[in-house]
Amino acid sequence: MPAVSKGDGMRGLAVFISDIRNCKSKEAEIKRINKELANIRSKFKGDKALDGYSKKKYVCKLLFIFLLGHDIDFGHMEAVNLLSSNKYTEKQIGYLFISVLVNSNSELIRLINNAIKNDLSSRNPTFMCLALHCIANVGSREMAEAFAGEIPRILVAGDTMDSVKQSAALCLLRLYKTSPDLVLMGEWTSRVVHLLNDQHMGVVTAAISLITCLSQKNPDEFKTCVSLAVSRLSRIVSSASTDLQDYTYYFVPAPWLSCKLLRLLQCYPPPEDGAVKGRLVECLETILNKAQEPPKSKKVQHSNAKNAILFEAISLIIHYDSEPNLLVRACNQLGQFLQHRETNLRYLALESMCTLASSEFSHEAVKTHIETVINALKTERDVSVRQRAADLLYAMCDRSNAKQIVAEMLSYLETADYSIREEMVLKVAILAEKYAVDYSWYVDTILNLIRIAGDYVSEEVWYRVIQIVINRDDVQGYAAKTVFEALQAPACHENMVKVGGYILGEFGNLIAGDPRSSPLVQFNLLHSKFHLCSVPTRALLLSAYIKFINLFPETKSTIQEVLRSDSQIRNSDVELQQRAVEYLKLSSIASTDVLATVLEEMPPFPERESSILAKLKKKKGPGAVSVNELEEGKREGGELNGGGERGGDSSSTPSPSADLLGLRAGPPVTAAAPSAGSLLVDVFSEAGVNDDGFLSEFSRFVCKNNGVLFENQLLQIGIKSEYRQNLGRMYLFYGNKTSVQFVTFTTTLNVQAKPVEPLIEGGAQVQQVINIECLTDFSDAPLLNIKFRYGGALQNLTLKLPVTINKFFQPTEMASHDFFQRWKQLSLPQQEAQKIFKANHAMDTEVLKAKLLGLGMALLENVDPNPENFVCAGVIQTKAQQVGSLLRLEPNAQAQMYRLTVRSSKDTVSKRLCELLAEQF
Amino acid sequence: MIGGLFIYNHKGEVLISRVYRDDIGRNAVDAFRVNVIHARQQVRSPVTNIARTSFFHVKRSNIWLAAVTKQNVNAAMVFEFLYKMCDVMTAYFGKISEENIKNNFVLIYELLDEILDFGYPQNSETGALKTFITQQGIKSQHHTKEEQSQITSQVTGQIGWRREGIKYRRNELFLDVLESVNLLMSPQGQVLSAHVSGRVVMKSYLSGMPECKFGMNDKIVIDKQGKGGTTDDSGKSELGGSGKQSIAIDDCTFHQCVRLSKFDSERSISFIPPDGEYELMRYRTTKDIILPFRVIPLVREVGRTKLEVKVVIKSNFKPSLLAQKIEVRIPTPLNTSGVQVICMKGKAKYKASENAIVWKIKRMAGMKESQISAEIELLPTNDKKKWARPPISMNFEVPFAPSGLKVRYLKVFEPKLNYSDHDVIKWVRYIGRSGIYETRC
Repeated sequence: MPAVSKGDGMRGLAVFISDIRNCKSKEAEIKRINKELANIRSKFKGDKALDGYSKKKYVCKLLFIFLLGHDIDFGHMEAVNLLSSNKYTEKQIGYLFISVLVNSNSELIRLINNAIKNDLSSRNPTFMCLALHCIANVGSREMAEAFAGEIPRILVAGDTMDSVKQSAALCLLRLYKTSPDLVLMGEWTSRVVHLLNDQHMGVVTAAISLITCLSQKNPDEFKTCVSLAVSRLSRIVSSASTDLQDYTYYFVPAPWLSCKLLRLLQCYPPPEDGAVKGRLVECLETILNKAQEPPKSKKVQHSNAKNAILFEAISLIIHYDSEPNLLVRACNQLGQFLQHRETNLRYLALESMCTLASSEFSHEAVKTHIETVINALKTERDVSVRQRAADLLYAMCDRSNAKQIVAEMLSYLETADYSIREEMVLKVAILAEKYAVDYSWYVDTILNLIRIAGDYVSEEVWYRVIQIVINRDDVQGYAAKTVFEALQAPACHENMVKVGGYILGEFGNLIAGDPRSSPLVQFNLLHSKFHLCSVPTRALLLSAYIKFINLFPETKSTIQEVLRSDSQIRNSDVELQQRAVEYLKLSSIASTDVLATVLEEMPPFPERESSILAKLKKKKGPGAVSVNELEEGKREGGELNGGGERGGDSSSTPSPSADLLGLRAGPPVTAAAPSAGSLLVDVFSEAGVNDDGFLSEFSRFVCKNNGVLFENQLLQIGIKSEYRQNLGRMYLFYGNKTSVQFVTFTTTLNVQAKPVEPLIEGGAQVQQVINIECLTDFSDAPLLNIKFRYGGALQNLTLKLPVTINKFFQPTEMASHDFFQRWKQLSLPQQEAQKIFKANHAMDTEVLKAKLLGLGMALLENVDPNPENFVCAGVIQTKAQQVGSLLRLEPNAQAQMYRLTVRSSKDTVSKRLCELLAEQF
Repeated sequence: MIGGLFIYNHKGEVLISRVYRDDIGRNAVDAFRVNVIHARQQVRSPVTNIARTSFFHVKRSNIWLAAVTKQNVNAAMVFEFLYKMCDVMTAYFGKISEENIKNNFVLIYELLDEILDFGYPQNSETGALKTFITQQGIKSQHHTKEEQSQITSQVTGQIGWRREGIKYRRNELFLDVLESVNLLMSPQGQVLSAHVSGRVVMKSYLSGMPECKFGMNDKIVIDKQGKGGTTDDSGKSELGGSGKQSIAIDDCTFHQCVRLSKFDSERSISFIPPDGEYELMRYRTTKDIILPFRVIPLVREVGRTKLEVKVVIKSNFKPSLLAQKIEVRIPTPLNTSGVQVICMKGKAKYKASENAIVWKIKRMAGMKESQISAEIELLPTNDKKKWARPPISMNFEVPFAPSGLKVRYLKVFEPKLNYSDHDVIKWVRYIGRSGIYETRC
């Protein structure tokens, strides 16, 4: 680049700037600027043409004034004129003015584009660079429209200078970020990828930023970059620090480039090619080895550069998650950093370890550092580092060290920063629940938690304790005892009172034998807290009192006295007043039997996903411990909540306090089903979901012939079918929902089918006809396999064709006595199949009729003595034989149940029909 | 109740900081600097509320005076106090400038201690203050013991603004009527708003404890007297063009020496004057204002690059009177690239730093007119914004009161000493100045 010679210094500009800086007040500054503006206006207006130097000077002054915060509404034309100058400094100032001041909708944009075009096509590298910088600095859509085609050509042209290539790559990256639709790499792709092989390190560094960005959008097209990147990386890593000369930074060879390469590799799965993979592993090992070497320099830049590469390498190792050896080494390396002097390093080490902990290979290795991490939690000065330490502890926790970790976290909680306390509480609660082997430990932990950080214990946490205590018989007595003891503290948190009230109300009888915790003592203890509590807690306590009356009749008079007092029965709070009045009446009017029924012990809670987990998920931003991992752990520990005890009748006894634990989710039965389902979704991979949906689609076709068989983002498959006797014809319609064509579209059926068009245009539909003949009775549906290419990816689909035995029914009409005669004929036990099942859908007579008709049999009216029942008859036509079938469906509206009986001449048919139908109602 | 008082220079550095109440912390000083003096947008409101603390500020040249309070105080009172404070400082050391404040900062703290007590304003009468706050040590030596003992009785007594035993060889009295006239006129010559705010400033050198009575052509008084049959002596004055008899005063305030009870009951202004200079009253009128000048603008845009401006000014008062220091300011568009001016009288110049043509005339008699014409060349810009055409403003000074106020009498009675009203030499002067005197174009 040409150096600015002395003659180029603009004296006028310097004087102007120093004048402005010397201004005493704002007013003075404005005056000076106004004067200068008037001067420039008169100069620009002047008839005699200005020379390049003064133009440059005035444009510079305008730019300075603009940057001081004043509006500039002239001088653009002069700046554009500067662009066509041949002097570097003048051109530079022109471009500077334009990239700062010209907005994209200016009329001058055409002139500017023209000037840029000229510079781009000039052979002068500095001018080309200036133009490219201007494009990138403006970076507008218009710029992209004008130059998106030009720049890739410059980038890959053989005769372009290195520095220009560098600028072109970065300029293209900028344009791609603003308007990705305009930058189409298409034909340039492979040549851009090959820039990774460029001699010039600067070009490689610039190109790799571009490639990383592009490959994130369409990884397939840039797949080839992996092997190139690996070889480049290995060359850098294995080179001696002196080899790269200019690109060696404090004895580290090309640190920026290495980091970028490692980051690019993180966009892709581990390379499949063994040789490439071996080379990469070698590189990673070398990087890990180098970290062990003594530093070549004491300068902080040296260690920074080295560590940057190391951390990038570790995140690549974590990303691959397939090399146990490397993972463990990375973990050990990070372990060393845990005790490093640099706070930043400790922070990064903790953060990376969090992700390492979730890998099955390195989990154990991470666990070895538990002492260090605990120490960090206690002694670290910086709160953010402490937070990371807490995260890591949480992530590394498993059954073996749960007790230690929970204890440590609890002890830390006492001194923890307020900002992270709630999160810590949730984590402790989750860990305690997840890894509880011994429930008394769990109860102790949670009560401790409430004692230490009561304010931060959210509703969900104490709800959960109660759910667990109620669901587990073995801890109830212990819980009652512990709670009782905890409540004896002179000052205890309101949450503690809530838990105490609830548990004593339910299980106070279990400890009543001890004279130290006799009923009256229990009651007095609870009531001593009553006045210090808020309204909802008081309401809960009132419920506990009425339960006491049931549990311990001897306390009745005392409690009635309390309920009768003015402070309860005339309480200003409606809820409390109502409870007091109702409980008082209930206790005085109802007999002991009624009381015992009404105030029965709470039934076990239905199993559901821990609400605490949901809360933590909501609280946690990115960078948290992966929740999926927890989810999996949760499944392991699922038996904890006594999964088998899911009671369907849990809603049958509405207790006054049930609403407190209704958890805002409606009646427990309905809440249980969806939440269990969502757990399934969380746990299984997406494929499972797909499969699930497809199954239900299949069963829908038992009673109907036309409809949509399958649908996802790409493809929709419609179906139309007709059957006569033992023959059927099925039309399959494949609709392409995207705008891109599917190529090599093939379908294979395990029965023979006509081939289908191999190409489906975007948005188009093709049809396939399948002829079906029923040879003999069957139970498995034919499978249809669909393969096609969408974009680059091969898509594979397997669907069950909705061809079921009932499709070949011929309806048979018959009178009542004929029916019963035949019914009796088919009386062999294997000929009958019977099922009793719960209704899946509403019991609507019309819907049922329609479904039965869709089945293909004849629906016989006035046959069964009970008009509620449905009776059908039909013959299944197969090539080999005909199978007569009779069907009887008895709905029971009260119980929402059906009894389905099918009798047919062939036992397999009865069974199959029964299975098919049972899913329908 | 003012919690504290700060004085800053133009950079926001604190020159004086006096905190009167505990509720104002030290950070209040910085809060004002950050949020007002160094604010990104210029703060135009004189009252700023930052974190439940109110800041009242006035600016004198480059100096900021800010009063701070956490309470709900009477804002008018605070500003009155700040203005008074400025007056006091001016009376003590002249112009309020950074240098003067730095040189007199002991004095300022002493003054602040005296005129504010726990945030409550006290006696701020310069004349009285000067008797006991004397930084010029020499002066205090002139006071005899007797005089010094009198200070206490004066300051604590009923007439705090005048001490006893003043003697002059010549009893003399100066009275100035100072008015500023404000106007906004439409291009067609229609008055959109006009008012006059005036002050009566006196300088009295009278012996003893004289009782004065001031009379002017207040409409209420004249009407009352008209009923009583006494004719007014307006023939004495020969001011103004309209020669109208009386003026309607919209509102007025008086110096503390004026007996308000008497004004309320009889509408007569009687008082025992302080010694030296003071402002007797302030008033405002909005009706029947004599506009000393009429500005007739004519602006023509010739294409996109040229503007022709012609402005005529007409003086509208008695031909025998002379207006002085006339200055007409014609704003120019922001894209002006060149100006040619021709004027018949005075000097005109394009001032780029102020974006205006400034036309100055030294003197102009009444009932005359003068004209300026200018050609303004414009630079075409890509901004489609139209020029907002700010109004043409004017400055001048005339030797009469545009409100029409006339002094009818000022009588002095001193029963104890033997001089009568006729022995007092009285001087009366009228000065009318322009306030914001603008005509749209």
